[in-house]
Amino acid sequence: MSIIAVTSEGPSLDDQVDPRFGRAAGFLVVDLETMDTRYISNGQSQVMAQGAGIQAAEIIAREGVGWVLTGYVGPKAFKALSAAGIKVGQNLEGLTVRQAMERFKSGSIESAQGANRTGR
Amino acid sequence: MIVAVASGKGGTGKTTVTASLATVWDGPLVAVDLDVEEPNLHLFLQPAISGSQTAHMPVPLVDESRCTYCGACSDLCQFKAISVMGQLVLTFPEMCHGCGGCLAVCPEKALSPGQRELGEISWGRVGQVVFLSGRLRIGEAMSPPLMRRVKAKLEQMLPANGGDAIIDAPPGVSCPAVNAVIDSDVVLLVTEPTPFGFYDFQLAWEAFSPLGKPLAAVINRAGLGHDAVYRFCREKGLPILAEIPYDRSIAEAYAWGRIITEVSAGLRENFISLRDKLRDLARPGPSGKAVHA
Repeated sequence: MSIIAVTSEGPSLDDQVDPRFGRAAGFLVVDLETMDTRYISNGQSQVMAQGAGIQAAEIIAREGVGWVLTGYVGPKAFKALSAAGIKVGQNLEGLTVRQAMERFKSGSIESAQGANRTGR
Repeated sequence: MIVAVASGKGGTGKTTVTASLATVWDGPLVAVDLDVEEPNLHLFLQPAISGSQTAHMPVPLVDESRCTYCGACSDLCQFKAISVMGQLVLTFPEMCHGCGGCLAVCPEKALSPGQRELGEISWGRVGQVVFLSGRLRIGEAMSPPLMRRVKAKLEQMLPANGGDAIIDAPPGVSCPAVNAVIDSDVVLLVTEPTPFGFYDFQLAWEAFSPLGKPLAAVINRAGLGHDAVYRFCREKGLPILAEIPYDRSIAEAYAWGRIITEVSAGLRENFISLRDKLRDLARPGPSGKAVHA
């Protein structure tokens, strides 16, 4: 799968990975073959009282991505991402989007088997 | 007349006041525990429970054979309790607020009402007083839906020509507290003369005064010395209908689960006077409008 989404604090590859999935500032969608990038704001999910993770999953599912790279994913978001067939690489906070992407390309990111945050 | 006993701060004596008023009431009364997250009025009134029912809320059930994955339900739901992900419909029943909107907009009639258990409603009697209470299911995040069902039961219990009820409201000033007072004729705020009591009393006044109902105060643990709440009541024209002294004999009775009107004839008189003042406050004034504090 050559298109991935990375939760990002800003629109460039050198921005930090946003540790939060559902309430991430936005998503950088990267086509690994062409290296085209596109930034999608997640502002509409950030302001939701609840269900931000589910809505964020809907947003990136529409982009046709195969993977999402992020910090933490809650149980409802994980369920929604799994339903959409999107694999999750987690615990990547502290890296830039570029570093996370390089790590993914090197094959050292495993597909998470479950949420790594408890839900509310 | 429906009296809601509220407070802002927890532990100021809402249940003490509710139970005490119930013992001195001079007509048919329903005593309602609407603090459904932690009901405790029964500990003081000790009613004989005669009935109970489980309360439910409608949540969507999906018939996948009829669903075309159009996403109308998912677009409508503000709480993401239903989500269409490709060729799959996900439901998160614990996030549903029970509005029924998804069922109404589904063009394929693929959704039907399922049930989420909210908790239990129980009722009974102690002497002449009818008792009614809600208890939230452990794990249920929303209390207003159960509270609305308890209030519907109260409506059935009250005689058509009126009748009185006293509602023991939850603490705080958010949705559950507002829900508990919104259908009342008078809101009685129980507070204590401490900085904590005063701070939350102001919040309660800010939350409840826009409802346009007569508001009044009871000062519990009177004599502790902090007088800001008295000044505030004077400034806002909030009548103080009763004071309960800071007194060891009252604390002892409370600790034994007794109703404090048993402590002394004086305290009993105090609550009889409170009852009569509440009636006066709820009665429409000479202008035809309710007396407004």
